[in-house]
Parts: sequence; C-alpha cells; structure tokens
Amino acid sequence: MTASPTTESRAASVEFDHVTKVYDARATKTGAPGAVNDLSLTVPAGKICVLVGPSGCGKTTSLKMVNRLIEPTSGRILLDGVDAATRDTTELRRGIGYVIQQTGLFPHQTIEDNVVTVPRLLGWDKARMKARSDELLSIVGLDPARYARRFPAQLSGGERQRVGVARALAADPPVMLMDEPFGAVDPIVRERLQNEFLRLQEQLAKTILFVTHDIDEAIKMGDLVVVFQAGGVVAQVGPPSEILANPASDYVARFVGTDRGLKRLSLFRIGEVPLSPVVTARVGGDGAAARRAAAETPFQYVLVTDEASRPVGWVHRDRLTTGVVSADQVESTSPLLDRRTTLKDALSMLLDADVQAGLVVDRTGALRGMVTMDDITALMRERDARPLDATERAAADAEDAADADEGADADEGAGGAEPTSPASDPPAPADPDASDAA
Amino acid sequence: MDIRWDWIADNWDTILGAVWQHLILVIVPLVVGFGISFGLAVWAIRQPKVYGPTTVITGILYTIPSLAAFALLVPIFGFSMLVAFVPLTTYTLLILFRNIVAGFQAVPREVLEAADGMGYRPRQRLLRVELPLAVPLMIAGVRLAAVTLIGLATVASILGSSFGGLGQLITEGLQTFFPTKYVLGGVLSVVLAFVVDIVLVRVERLATPWARARAERAGA
Repeated sequence: MTASPTTESRAASVEFDHVTKVYDARATKTGAPGAVNDLSLTVPAGKICVLVGPSGCGKTTSLKMVNRLIEPTSGRILLDGVDAATRDTTELRRGIGYVIQQTGLFPHQTIEDNVVTVPRLLGWDKARMKARSDELLSIVGLDPARYARRFPAQLSGGERQRVGVARALAADPPVMLMDEPFGAVDPIVRERLQNEFLRLQEQLAKTILFVTHDIDEAIKMGDLVVVFQAGGVVAQVGPPSEILANPASDYVARFVGTDRGLKRLSLFRIGEVPLSPVVTARVGGDGAAARRAAAETPFQYVLVTDEASRPVGWVHRDRLTTGVVSADQVESTSPLLDRRTTLKDALSMLLDADVQAGLVVDRTGALRGMVTMDDITALMRERDARPLDATERAAADAEDAADADEGADADEGAGGAEPTSPASDPPAPADPDASDAA
Repeated sequence: MDIRWDWIADNWDTILGAVWQHLILVIVPLVVGFGISFGLAVWAIRQPKVYGPTTVITGILYTIPSLAAFALLVPIFGFSMLVAFVPLTTYTLLILFRNIVAGFQAVPREVLEAADGMGYRPRQRLLRVELPLAVPLMIAGVRLAAVTLIGLATVASILGSSFGGLGQLITEGLQTFFPTKYVLGGVLSVVLAFVVDIVLVRVERLATPWARARAERAGA
C-alpha cells in the first residue's frame, strides 16, 4: 500500500475533572489496582498523553476509568465535553480503542477476525470488514495475504502487538487507550514499534492515553507526560522537555534519573540547530583561494569536498599550498550527521571524533553546514529559556518525517511498513446487537 | 469356552438393538447432565460462593453407589426409563460441573479484559469468547463422563430388561450360562467406550482449530 493523502481523522479531547478512585481496605489487601487522588488533566484532541510512574501509582486505574472498566469514586471524565458516566458503557467502549500489554488477542479467532472485533460488534457487513482488516494489517506492516487467516499463537510477540494496535484502530475511534502496549516485547522490537506508531500517529492524530512505567518511553512517545507518584498523586504534568529541564520535585528528578540532561538531548534533533558555515575547498579546486577564505575565519581548517559537495575531510589552512586541492591532503575527518540525528547521538559522536565538529549532510550526502559543541549547548540554553511550543514541535517533526524516507526500516514481516491513513468511515449506525447470536 | 458365531449371525438385530439402547442410556443423561452443569457453572463463575456448595452436593450424589440408586428409585418411578436416566444424569454432574468451571477459569484474564474494553456485552462475551475458549476442558469432562456412563449403563440393566443395553446381554448370558452372549456384551461395551472417546476427540479437534495451530507452532 502506498501512502495516501491524510484523510480527516476524528479525535476528541479527554478531560479528567477532579477524578478520585478510592478502594476500601479489603479490596486493597486483595490486590486492587492503585488508587487515584484528585486527578485533573486535559488532553487536547490529537495528542499523546503518557501516564508514567511506578507500579501501583494509579496510572492504569486512571486509564481504565476512561472506558469505565473502573468507575471513579468521585469526579468526572469528559470526552469532547461529554461526561463518560452519562453514556452507555458498551457504546462508550466501542468508541474507544483499547490496547493492552499482553495484547489480549482472542486465541480462537483468526487475525482478521481479531482485527474487526469492534466493527463486528457494530454490525458492519462482511465485505466492509474484510476490506478494513486488509487495510489495517497493511498499515501496521503485516501482509494481509500472509497473516489474515492465521491464529494469534502462530505470530511472534511483536506481530501480535501490531495486531493489537490494528484491532484498536478498527472502528476509527477518536480516543485510544494504550496500557503498556509495547511492554511485552524485547527492546529492539519495542523501539521499532514505537517509531512506527509515532509515524502512524502523525497521520491519524488520535487522542491517545498511554501508560508506561518506563520514563524513556514516556519521553519518547509523549506530547504531554504525567508523572505519578505513590498514592495516585500527580507529581508533574508537562511536555517531556519541560519535565526533564525543570523537574517539579525531588521525586520527579529522581524518577527521570540523573542523566536527565542527556535524555533531554534526545528530544532535539540536528534539524533544530542553527548551522555554522564551513570554509570548503573542492577537490581539483584552487588551493590558494581556499587558503585566503580560511584566513578570514577563526577556524583554521578547510573542509575538502568532492564534486558532489560530499565531505572528504579536513585540512589545515597552512597546508593548502598554491596549486590544486587533492583528497590526499586530508588530515582528519568528522562524523556525518543528518537533520534527524538526535543531539544525544550527535554529542556522543563529537566526543569520539578527531575534530569536535559534526558535518550535517542532506540525503544525497552533500554538505549543509557544521555543528559544534558550542552550537549544541547554545541551543539547549535557548530552549531552557523558551521551550518549543507544540506547533513548532509538530512543524519540526513534519519536516523530519518528510526527510525520513531513508529511515524506513526493513520490517520483520513481508510488506512495507509505510503507514497510510485509514479510511475514516464512521461506524455504521447499526443496532449494536444486530450481529449478536440470539 | 465356545463362542457361537452362528448365534451372533442369527441375532444381529438383537445385538444392534442392544448397542443402540446402550447409546440412548449414555446420550440422554449426558445431554441433560451437560445442560444442568453448564447452567450451574455459569452461575458459579458469576457468583463464586456457589462453587463450594455445588461441588459438595454433586460430590454426594456421585458417592451414592449406582446399584443402590437404581434400586431406591424403582418404588418412585416404577420400571420406567427414569429409573436409569436420573441416577446416570446425577453421576455426570460432578465431572461436568468441575470441568466446565475449569474451562471458563482457563480463559486468560487479559482476553476477558480486552473483550470488556472493546464493548462486548456480558452475554456476547460468554458465547463468543468464553465458551469457545472453554471447549477443550469441557470436552475433556464430556469424555470422562461419557466413558463413566458407558460403564454405569451396563449396571442399570441388571434391574430389568426394560432398560436394555449391553448390560442386558451380559446379565442374560450369565443367567443362562451362555458365554457367547456375556462375552459379546463385555467386548461391545469396551469397543463402544473407545469409539465414543475417539469421536469426542475428533469433535474437539474440529471445534478448536486454533489449539492445533498453537501445537504446530510449539512443535516447529
């Protein structure tokens, strides 16, 4: 499948209004999930909000109160302004995507039947369900011809998680709840699933509540991060960069870890750093001219490039003699970065390099400019003073995405992982029990 | 000991009739017993406190010696088929009830949570998710109950010819010192037990293609 222009996707805001969940002493003793203490939170439509904290802190309870698997003791949860408590629970749940850690796929149903669980409950006709299943399997990177008729037990853990996501998307719900959706797979598969899901979300723009106990995952996935502490108390709410830059309490600082400065670097990409100019000399060009140009800058090195402007290496300006510039004169090289490289990775490469300046190249490998340690620290200082707002972040992300073709990873299954937007058919207004066995 | 093959050939209709009657003595109590046990099991998984008393009561019923049960019911029902059906049914309850409950309990918790979270109504969840997933343990119980019933049905015919079945062949054969008849009755009981068990295994495989898929992956 090829990427189609983004079809309009519905999303709804989710608002917690002084929501509290208390368990009585007996329930607590028998292992009830964590309590929640006066949670107020607004998740704007189309954003990913990550609830993170240690086990028993109430993050999963908060999630399950949205689709009323758990009823709040007090307070309200509003979906697009409508109190969830006033809606029929079954209707409410069919309108909310739900992904859980162990996937909860139905072992006795084929992958296809699993994917169209909610459409079947809503009474879609067979042809439409088949088409929707094929579309969604393609979206999550599973070839329908290969996977549709299999059973969950025949899939790997990562493949099952993909099916879980496809199933949650089936009826195009405006809100998705994801409870440690990538928790049960190994770190490599997890990272790939995370990346794919973020790419998918760029097009779907669902409102997503995402629970994890992993702060790194929270920082990576969240537009908004809610840090919980024991007793269902919210310790801090904010965009990931703000939580890393300004932890609200010692607890948050400990929770995000002492390496939060480095973690924060992973939130920024080279594309955001203003590039420094480089004096260049093309192979076969005039050495004397390059030497004169270099004399006017404090930086004493000249970058030798090939005919296509691809960097070859550095040469000290004093070694450029009159005559033709040659690749043999190169004394040292620098790491090559592209605009999607995170500042964390860039910094790590600079620390390792001969010359502590990174060369930013475009997709063809042609030079765009240079990044130094000073450029990176300057950017971080600027962001401390004025964090990027959501729109700017989205714009930067979109640019990155346009750039990301080379990053399209080889997928474990056959079939491209290229995300496409699902058709946004609203669920048929059918009798919910139409497909019920009498 | 002489087996009179000519007698077998001459009385083929009688023998087949006995096999058929025996099957009736097994199938009717099995179906009724399954219905009752299923109802009790659904009740017990919704209301866990039902489980204990139900196990005790079905356990007591299971303990009553079969011959005694048949004899005690004759004054009540006369020599009607009920005298056989009622005790045979009660003997299935303990086995079937416990296995059906175990079948429901074996459904993974996260599967039930996913079903609830996606908007299955309780009855839809029971019929489309819990029931199919409980099938393997349920059929294990049915196999056990069926084989038990085939044995007990033989005992039932001691009470009288009106119940028929393979027990009838055995009783009559012993009474008339006619080995062909009682050996045949015994052999056919054993064969019937194996055939019924094999048929039920087949039924289970047909009803659970997904379980076979799992086994294939595990074996691969």
